Amino acid sequence: MNTAPHSFGKSLFELMSSMRFAISLLSILAVASIIGTVLKQAEPYGNYLIQLGPFWFEVFEKLGLYDVYHAVWFLLILTFLVASTSVCIFRNAPNFVREMKSFREHVSEQSLNAFKHKHEAVTQLAPTALAASAQRYLEGQGYKVRNLAREDGVLLAAKAGSWNRLGYLLAHSAIVLICIGGLLDGNMVFKVQQLLGYKKIETRDIPQSQVPAISRLGPSNPSFRGSVQIPEGSSADVVFLNVADGYLVQDLPFTVGLKQFRIEHYTTGQPKSFESDIELFDKSGKKIKEATIAVNHPLVYDGVAIYQASFADGGTRMSLRGWNLFAPTASSFPVEGVVQQSTALTSGAGEYTLEFTDFRPFNIENMGGDIAPAGDAMAVLGSSPVSNNKHLRNVGPSVQFKLRDARGQAREFSNYMLPLELNGRWYMMTGVRESPNESFRYMRMPLDVEGNIESFMRLRGALLNAELRPQIAARFARQALPQNAWGTEIEDKLTFSATQMLALFAEGGFQSLGRFIEEKVPAAERDKAAGTYLRIIELAAFEALQIANSQAGLPPPPADEATGWLVRDSLNSISDMFVYGAPIYLQLMQYDEVKASGLQLTRSPGQNVVYFGSLLLTLGVFFMLYVRERRVWLRIKPGSALLAMSSAKQSIDFEKEFAQHAQALDTLVK
Amino acid sequence: MELALNQPAPLFKRLSWFDWLFAAIVAAGALFALSRFGDYMDIYEKAILLAAIPSLAVFGWFWKPFRPLFIGVGLISLFAISQYQGDLGRMEQAFFLKYLISSQAAIMWMCALFGLATLAYWAGLLARSEFMMKTGSTLSWAAITLGFVGLMVRWYESYLIGADVGHIPVSNLYEVFVLFCLITAMMYLYYEARYQTRQLGALVLLVISAAVGFILWYTFDRQAHEIQPLVPALKSWWMKLHVPANFIGYGAFSLSAMLGVGYLLAERGILASRLPKLEVIDDIMYKAIAIGFAFFTIATILGAMWAAEAWGGYWSWDPKETWALIVWLNYAAWLHIRLVKGLRGPMLAWWAVIGLFVTTFAFLGVNMFLSGLHSYGEL
Repeated sequence: MNTAPHSFGKSLFELMSSMRFAISLLSILAVASIIGTVLKQAEPYGNYLIQLGPFWFEVFEKLGLYDVYHAVWFLLILTFLVASTSVCIFRNAPNFVREMKSFREHVSEQSLNAFKHKHEAVTQLAPTALAASAQRYLEGQGYKVRNLAREDGVLLAAKAGSWNRLGYLLAHSAIVLICIGGLLDGNMVFKVQQLLGYKKIETRDIPQSQVPAISRLGPSNPSFRGSVQIPEGSSADVVFLNVADGYLVQDLPFTVGLKQFRIEHYTTGQPKSFESDIELFDKSGKKIKEATIAVNHPLVYDGVAIYQASFADGGTRMSLRGWNLFAPTASSFPVEGVVQQSTALTSGAGEYTLEFTDFRPFNIENMGGDIAPAGDAMAVLGSSPVSNNKHLRNVGPSVQFKLRDARGQAREFSNYMLPLELNGRWYMMTGVRESPNESFRYMRMPLDVEGNIESFMRLRGALLNAELRPQIAARFARQALPQNAWGTEIEDKLTFSATQMLALFAEGGFQSLGRFIEEKVPAAERDKAAGTYLRIIELAAFEALQIANSQAGLPPPPADEATGWLVRDSLNSISDMFVYGAPIYLQLMQYDEVKASGLQLTRSPGQNVVYFGSLLLTLGVFFMLYVRERRVWLRIKPGSALLAMSSAKQSIDFEKEFAQHAQALDTLVK
Repeated sequence: MELALNQPAPLFKRLSWFDWLFAAIVAAGALFALSRFGDYMDIYEKAILLAAIPSLAVFGWFWKPFRPLFIGVGLISLFAISQYQGDLGRMEQAFFLKYLISSQAAIMWMCALFGLATLAYWAGLLARSEFMMKTGSTLSWAAITLGFVGLMVRWYESYLIGADVGHIPVSNLYEVFVLFCLITAMMYLYYEARYQTRQLGALVLLVISAAVGFILWYTFDRQAHEIQPLVPALKSWWMKLHVPANFIGYGAFSLSAMLGVGYLLAERGILASRLPKLEVIDDIMYKAIAIGFAFFTIATILGAMWAAEAWGGYWSWDPKETWALIVWLNYAAWLHIRLVKGLRGPMLAWWAVIGLFVTTFAFLGVNMFLSGLHSYGEL
């Protein structure tokens, strides 16, 4: 017995090719993979910092958890898996090939007798005659048979299902191939260059032409997967690869131009197809290819595949009207904007930066309540799988923008271009939110009977105008009191309270009136007071609208229900204004849409290697699982025959087959 | 005496007239579909349709009960389609459609029948009544028939909603749950006949009942049974291959997990006298995992090839992809231990049971808790 310690190399070889090591690697790989599904991968680093706090952010970053599947340690596990599988193949292949060829014809009678599955039969037949019929039988059962003469009779050595071993070799080589293919398409080259200091990630937000060479990859780079957004009528000759918290610029071997981007919709409003008409130009500007790509229908040119990946606004030009919401006037100012650009906004409300973030030509909204599910079982049995989408409606274009104040604080707004009908009346809608995680809170502003927002703006201007207040209050008191009270102390008192109410309202809407009531009015009388104040404000507001109209040279508003609702809605909107969070309102008047198509361009030389590996894997798995390797020996001597059978895998099928062969032998010997 | 020596006859000689009739029906149906709707198919869809002819024919020859199932489903579905007269509104009026074979009615009947089958199997198991268990099998066959009719009619209904809305009903969580019930039940019935033991039905039907429970909740609470048009990413012939292959895998793994439960119970003496022998349970469990693994491998490869066409890369480490890999690794390890180490017994049974949780997470949990490219079946 060899008691000398194994050399390190030998031990390593033993470990690498051991089953336990392979199983451990499979388990570790599975567990490591889970991490990347739990923690969202490749998010902007700022998000992680908020989510994890500064300490864990750093720990996670060091561990490479923001891009687990490209972390060094993860690649190391994969490398070990490939190495272990390779060593396994290396170790077993010669043996397996020998086994596949061999009939194990040197088996001794003694060892056959030691088999668990053996069956002996007495026979009167001559050994050669029995051997011939048994060979026919076994061959009929799919066995390959060797008929070997022995000094006292015959040995039949038979085997079936050798492809099981071939399956092993195929499946395991396939794993190696797939991993190699995957590595070819991974960013190994860049990783090495980055480690050696040849390449560096760009983290600044600068035009791509200014990105230095150290952050650019040449067109000969064998594998990449990057994306680029091209506005209609423009072209691009680079794509951007997102790496860690920055990006790299990949120069393309050609230029991609976008002629047109189209979205088609189903009747329900859901998108049906995204298509881009693209053109490829070589470096001299000559057109080399023209094609339409769509989701699931990429274009492959010169080893580079071009995919329809996303879409966005490509710089829609818009004309808007702005109102300074807290100015005591109804006047508006024009604003011109382009999506993804920002402009300085100087208005009475102060200095702001207006950043247009998006424009959407359609907005499909659910305008109705949910349909109550059918109650009884029979109704459900026959209930229709046809969805009831009557409530979905296209509410028209919208614009998204951020308004950033001088301190850098920004709020995000989403304004619809067209009015919405709610409870039979029409409103302009404007949404606001503090951060992208919130949903928009909407403020609505009523339209007048002509469908214009001007009446609301005039009323708002008048109510906020302190100089007009005495005049409004006076007119209100005149209207409210009978003629015999005119000029009396009652009128003075009413005028005074109305002025006070109007001043309070102009300070903070109904909220400040509410606070006033809470402070000044005893609890028991608050409800009554609130009712009275509301009435005063409403009537005064109607007078304010009269004054504003006459100042603007317009006919007075009719004293009808529509005007009543207009006034009530306006008062609510003015109150909302104080919590709205923006000093201005922008109304989208006109737009000239420019769409952009998000393309993904990839070059993956490993793809065919992976596919070939996959083919081998499939074949290998089927051979391994569905081809059973069995061996049968029949040792025939004058007077007796010994059947023995073996298989690497004992199973019920094997037992059945052995019983069948044993029975066949009993028949044959007669 | 001669019987034992009979050589297995070549495949074609073993086929009966009914086998040939079945193959002829399959071919006729497919060719009719091709001639009538071929103009609306791309080359890949035509290839899938043509390849379905030999696949289905051979499958019917291999597993004989599939032939009457196929013909029965076909006839009932055609009858349902004729009842529609091209008008969706008939769903609410025509008697057969309203109560029996409109897609939703048929699927609800499938749910009810699977529930009854579960009860019958359990009654048979506990009372040692072969008759009750036979009833369980019959009810399961009825459930499968109606489930397939439901899917077929749903396919037709989707085209009635709009020519551009129509698609094969394997596109969302509701539809694939129906498919899951059907595939799991069919696999179980195959092994039931092969091993001539109906005692395991009680266990296997439990996992199908759980899926049925999900379908009912999903229908009543979320109106998930509504037919929705396909998002652009799903508009591909790959879906017809990738999704069913995946569900053969999921179905087989679920089946094996329930057999694992049976093994562990019997091993502890619970229901031991009522359940089959441990070797039999173990053998079916292995067979289920083997077929599941083979198809899951194919499904994952097909998925990768589809991803290469739709998302620009055959592997993006999307949560669904990653969990598919985890499931695959799990059963790869299981098979290694069993085949190479030759290990048997409770450890592998436990592993198969735990495998169900891994599989369920890949199948459902990913859609519920993780977001990614595969977000078609959100709860």
